[in-house]
Parts: sequence; structure tokens; C-alpha cells
Amino acid sequence: MSEAVQLEIPAGPEFVALARLVVSAMASAETQLSDDRVDDLKIAVSEACTNAIEAHDASATDERVLVSCWADHERLEVCIEDRGSGFDVSNLPEHPPLTDPERLKFERGLGIPLIRALVDEVEFSSTGEGTAVRLVMRHDADLDGDGEF
Amino acid sequence: MDLGLDVTERDGYAVLAVRGEVDVYTAPRFRERLIELVSEGKHRIVVDLEGVDFLDSTGLGVLVGGLKRLRSHEGDLLLVCTQSRILKVFEITGLTKVFSIYDSVDAAVSS
Repeated sequence: MSEAVQLEIPAGPEFVALARLVVSAMASAETQLSDDRVDDLKIAVSEACTNAIEAHDASATDERVLVSCWADHERLEVCIEDRGSGFDVSNLPEHPPLTDPERLKFERGLGIPLIRALVDEVEFSSTGEGTAVRLVMRHDADLDGDGEF
Repeated sequence: MDLGLDVTERDGYAVLAVRGEVDVYTAPRFRERLIELVSEGKHRIVVDLEGVDFLDSTGLGVLVGGLKRLRSHEGDLLLVCTQSRILKVFEITGLTKVFSIYDSVDAAVSS
């Protein structure tokens, strides 16, 4: 990886926009991802940072959330690390289908499906000492994608 | 980070025009404004998302909560959105099947 940026943010909701700004600036400056793909990445970063901040809040820790970003000619990789109590990504609560009126009882649970849909690779590593979410955007996926390049 | 929440009346609807970025920081203000409108007896609401620059799942959660609240009052919540980057989050999450989404406030209030 040729370029790297690291950002430590206090675990407060007002800092999620800063993480989005830094990652999108890195993506725009150091990669050839299209604007649409940078927008996708911003949403994924926002979702992961929101989960991290909520995990810190639930664990009552005042440690910071670490956002790391690397880019080279093939890919952009972002890692969001928290010190919350972790979660089992393979055992997330099931929600009713969207066509079921009962679905409206659930206002949450859309973040991880959004992350999975918007980035080329995602990996969740979670233990009792925290969670790391690794997001990858590949440049060739952009070239093969919507043809904007 | 500024979040604009301007309310106007239009053909029996309260039109809530949202401007700026909707995320975990700003979503509580958006939720409170919707709840206020419902408490004021506004049970037919159009949320105009044309001025929204960014919206993630916390914003979707506010809209789902608003729709649920309004339907419990036999009302409705309609959306106005033509921006592909915002529509995309509704499409990915399947919420295009839950919300009625229009191209303009005119189209929404005359539906």
C-alpha cells in the first residue's frame, strides 16, 4: 500500500462526518474511484463508525475509534476499529421481510446489509475486546461496473 | 454540521424539506421534528429529500419510525427524491417497497 492515513476520533456521533470526510478525500485524491463509488464508500464508513460509536457507548469506554485508510493502484482499504464489547456478525437478529407490515417495528438493522451491498469486500473481526471492520473498494470493480470511467 | 428542517403547508400536507447530511449525529433532530409534526396533528406528511447531501441507515430509521407513527394515526408519509445516490440506499434496503417516492412535491401532494 503506497499511501496511508490514520485518524483517531472520539466516540461521539458528531465525529462520524469527519471520518467520512477524511476517507472520501483520500479516495478522491489517491484513487481513480468514480464519484458514485466514493459516495458508496462514505455510506459504508458512516455505518461502520456509527456501529463503533454505539459499541463504545454500550461499553461505557472513552477510548477512541481508529479509522485507517490505505490506497494503491489496485484498491482502497479502510479499517474501523473500536474497543466495544464485540458482536457476532453471523448471529444478527432476523427482521421480517420488507413486505410484512411487522417490518415497520424495526427502525434499525439496515447498516450491515448496506455495508455489504456497497463495498467490494467486507470483513468483520470481533472479539470481547473490540471489533474491526475492514472495507475494500477495488479499482477494477469500478472499471467493470457502471462504465463511468 | 447543519441540518435544515423547514416545514410548509401544501394541499393538506405538511411538507418537511430536509437539507444537509442525515447521520447518527443529525438524525435525532430529524426524528424530533417529525414527532412534533405528528403531535401537532399533522398526519399527512411529505418529506422532501431533494436537499439532502448524505443519508445513511440512521436516516432510514427515522423515516421508517415516522411512517409507522403516521400509519398508527391512519396518516401517511410520502417521500420526494430524485437523487440517485439517495435513492440507492432505499433500493438496496428494499424500502422502495415500503415508501411511496415521488419526483416532486407537486406529484406527491396530488397523488
